[in-house]
Amino acid sequence: MNGLNSQMALFLKRLFRRRLVLLAAVILTVLVISALLAHWVAPFDPSVMKLVRRLKPPSDVNWFGTDEFGRDILSRIIFGARASLGIGFLVVLFSMGIGTVFGLLAGYIKTLDSPIMRLADAMMALPDILLAIFLMAVLGPSAGNVVLALSIVYAPRVVRVVRASTLVVSALPFVEAARALGVSTFRILRVHILLNIASPILVQATFIFAYAVLAEAGLSFLGAGVPPEVPTWGTMIAAGQQYADDAFWVVLFPGLAIVMAALSLQLIGDGLRDMLDPKLRKAL
Amino acid sequence: MAVASDQSAFKQDGPLLAVDTLSVSFRQEDGVSTPVRDVSLTLHQGETLALVGESGSGKSVTSLAIMGLLPRPAGFISSGKIRFQTRAKQTVDLAQLSFDDMRHLRGREMAMIFQEPMTSLNPVLTIGEQIAETVRLHLGLSGRALQAHVKAQLDLVEIPDAARRMDDYPHQMSGGMRQRVMIALAMACQPSLLIADEPTTALDVTIQAQILLLIDRLRRETGMAVLFITHNLGVVAEIADRVTVMYAGQVVETAQTRPLFRKAAHPYTNALLSCLPARAKADASGLRRLVPIQGQPGVFGEACAFAPRCPHVTAVCQTKPPQLELTDGGSVRCFRWRDLA
Amino acid sequence: MWDFFWRRLTGLIVVMALVATLVFFLTRLAPGDPAALMLGDQASAADIAALRAVYGLDQPVLVQFGLWLKEILKGNLGQSIFLQRPVTQALMERAEPTFFLALFSVLIAALIGIPAGIVSAVWRGRLVDQIVSALAMLSANIPSFWLGLLFIQFFAVKWHLFPVAGYGDPGAPLLERLRHLVLPATVLGLVNSALITRFTRASMLDILSEDFIRTARSKGLAEGVVIWRHAFGNALIPVITVVGLTAALLVGGAIVTETVFGLPGIGNLVVSAVLRRDYPVIQGALIVVAAIYVLINLVVDLIYAWVDPRVRAQ
Repeated sequence: MNGLNSQMALFLKRLFRRRLVLLAAVILTVLVISALLAHWVAPFDPSVMKLVRRLKPPSDVNWFGTDEFGRDILSRIIFGARASLGIGFLVVLFSMGIGTVFGLLAGYIKTLDSPIMRLADAMMALPDILLAIFLMAVLGPSAGNVVLALSIVYAPRVVRVVRASTLVVSALPFVEAARALGVSTFRILRVHILLNIASPILVQATFIFAYAVLAEAGLSFLGAGVPPEVPTWGTMIAAGQQYADDAFWVVLFPGLAIVMAALSLQLIGDGLRDMLDPKLRKAL
Repeated sequence: MAVASDQSAFKQDGPLLAVDTLSVSFRQEDGVSTPVRDVSLTLHQGETLALVGESGSGKSVTSLAIMGLLPRPAGFISSGKIRFQTRAKQTVDLAQLSFDDMRHLRGREMAMIFQEPMTSLNPVLTIGEQIAETVRLHLGLSGRALQAHVKAQLDLVEIPDAARRMDDYPHQMSGGMRQRVMIALAMACQPSLLIADEPTTALDVTIQAQILLLIDRLRRETGMAVLFITHNLGVVAEIADRVTVMYAGQVVETAQTRPLFRKAAHPYTNALLSCLPARAKADASGLRRLVPIQGQPGVFGEACAFAPRCPHVTAVCQTKPPQLELTDGGSVRCFRWRDLA
Repeated sequence: MWDFFWRRLTGLIVVMALVATLVFFLTRLAPGDPAALMLGDQASAADIAALRAVYGLDQPVLVQFGLWLKEILKGNLGQSIFLQRPVTQALMERAEPTFFLALFSVLIAALIGIPAGIVSAVWRGRLVDQIVSALAMLSANIPSFWLGLLFIQFFAVKWHLFPVAGYGDPGAPLLERLRHLVLPATVLGLVNSALITRFTRASMLDILSEDFIRTARSKGLAEGVVIWRHAFGNALIPVITVVGLTAALLVGGAIVTETVFGLPGIGNLVVSAVLRRDYPVIQGALIVVAAIYVLINLVVDLIYAWVDPRVRAQ
């Protein structure tokens, strides 16, 4: 009855999906490149104050307006991308590192499974942001400690994914065969299993990247993250919120930057997951 | 006597179900596929027709099309008619009915049982409720009368201690018992057509025979027609009056059961028959051996679909697809059926 | 069924014990002496030593851990360094806004997420599915504090529909206090609805492809009955889990939102404790939040068993 209609919908869906992932990749690339080349890309020095031009609305000089010290918000967002995306990226690296090691051990060595997973359960019994702020209280506020705290917070997620994928893969015939041939456990883990679970790990990495960007902003907003003088998207909103009633652009644009970054990372992760082997997809 | 005259009167009205050059298509990501092409079959009241073919031959898709249960929105009837005679003696074309109009026939006048009794029942509802649901809907019963009807259905399919088992959940029953529940569910409103899609395939051999006997007994007692879908010709011999054989989405042969088992007209049917354990030729060591049917179905449209696997293939089979030709008492889709007879 | 319950319960006790251990020893990693912190800058070495003895801080760490655990089991979470009162009392004073905020947020999240997930699964691949999925994706990636600031700007500052911040006067009627929760609960509800939407959609898609759905259709049931009674009746089981999880995580996870809206809840207490390094309060809050998480999980398991006859029978 609506043959053409649903055919169109199917077509649109695929186009929509692919295009959206493509768009997300473009946005992320633009953000990363402008963060890396901030000195050349940013129209102004992010720390130069011009008190006569404080809290000016967006104009053709200051596209995103100026903040309470007359600094150019666009330039601060571009420099802020360095800290925000940089912290996110490092969190991904460290949490992946810790999580993969423990996940492989839990998934492959039976006696270690229960202790590791119970510890992961215990850490996940605390909301991410609460655990993060507790760790920050212990470690003290600094950009490096934000990376450390968030890596610890997100490692259990990686452990779960890696363990689940490892269980799937290690039950496959070729791993059994390798074991029967006397290949060492370390080599089986490294060559046979790690290579085969690389794609779910990659998908999880993009998700954690997105969570980390959001969490860093949250911590910095609370004053428990990066010190306020370092421009990150979170500190910009934290500093700007008291001026929000009269100069809303001060919080609007850094927030949009967070949404753009997190959203494009999620979309890329989703796109990757769709392309995954369906057996491993269940593990996510 | 009264029953007999009734049936003859009915036969003058024509068949209960007449599928006429039915084609079913599926929209896929890379275009449209048509797993069922120009299928025709007829089924009279009180009759059992076996629809036989290997997996992928289109027999299940055909049955889902008759029930109006093609997976939506991908599957649709692309051409043909499905004439069905309702209880009110009206003939309707199921292919043209809306989903809602079909709903009034499904469960009441036509019902279906499926291959997998383990997954075909809802795990969170009691079996009594699952039967009651359809009775309430179509027969409007409630309260005591409803309970009594449900219990009678379970008794009918020989489930022991029916009154108590009504409150059981599917996971508390064995596969054979669940298939009996499925049959009770299908029979709940006394349908005139029962479609059984490989109802015994997933069951133990001893249970298989019991289920076959049960279906046949119910057919005799109620006068319903049974469309029995199977890949197993051994089952066909026990239960069917007539046989329609499908291959690669088309009907290749229709015949009465007995003549078919004596001498099939189509090479594919013969190949299926030679797979039966009782027919397998004894080899040199004296053991009976099952002969697999070699090869894959060919590309549709340019030749006989069975040509790549046919032991009797000739040049003409490669040039164009054969048409269905009438035999005495049936039909066959083969260029050479007369030569091979 | 009871077997299942006890198994779950012991598992949860193990998790709680691990949380307590983590919290205790991680706190010990923090720089600075708690006694010195308590007494402030002007304290003499003798005063500090005396206080260390009072709190048992001069004893071996494992002994301290044992004493601390014993007190927790008795319901004593220690003394706040700055608030001049027991941690339990401080937490109790802050419990109400946090409780109502979590409750309303999870209700809003479920009321948005479950119908959206069902609609999107039933019309899979259609326009409505794409819109729902896109909105869910968007709301999952909006920082809640930023959305909160947007809401305050529009609904409070510009249109004066709701109060900007706070929880009303301490003596204000309950309804007045709850009015202060409308905006924060909506923010948290929206942000948390994404997970419920995606989960409901996935479960419904799984169930809709099951054989018993085809059976239900073959009975001639209306599509609404098939979807609601047969599909959702089964999808509900996993959906309960995710709703429960959301509720559990909201109890201590609303820190940022509580701060934005100036709600005097537990999250707010934790933030000020972190900024003042009031470790007993942080520890106590973590223990309580984890305990609530674990309890909600247990309740979810029980509901699970009650809904699913297969688990009930075990």
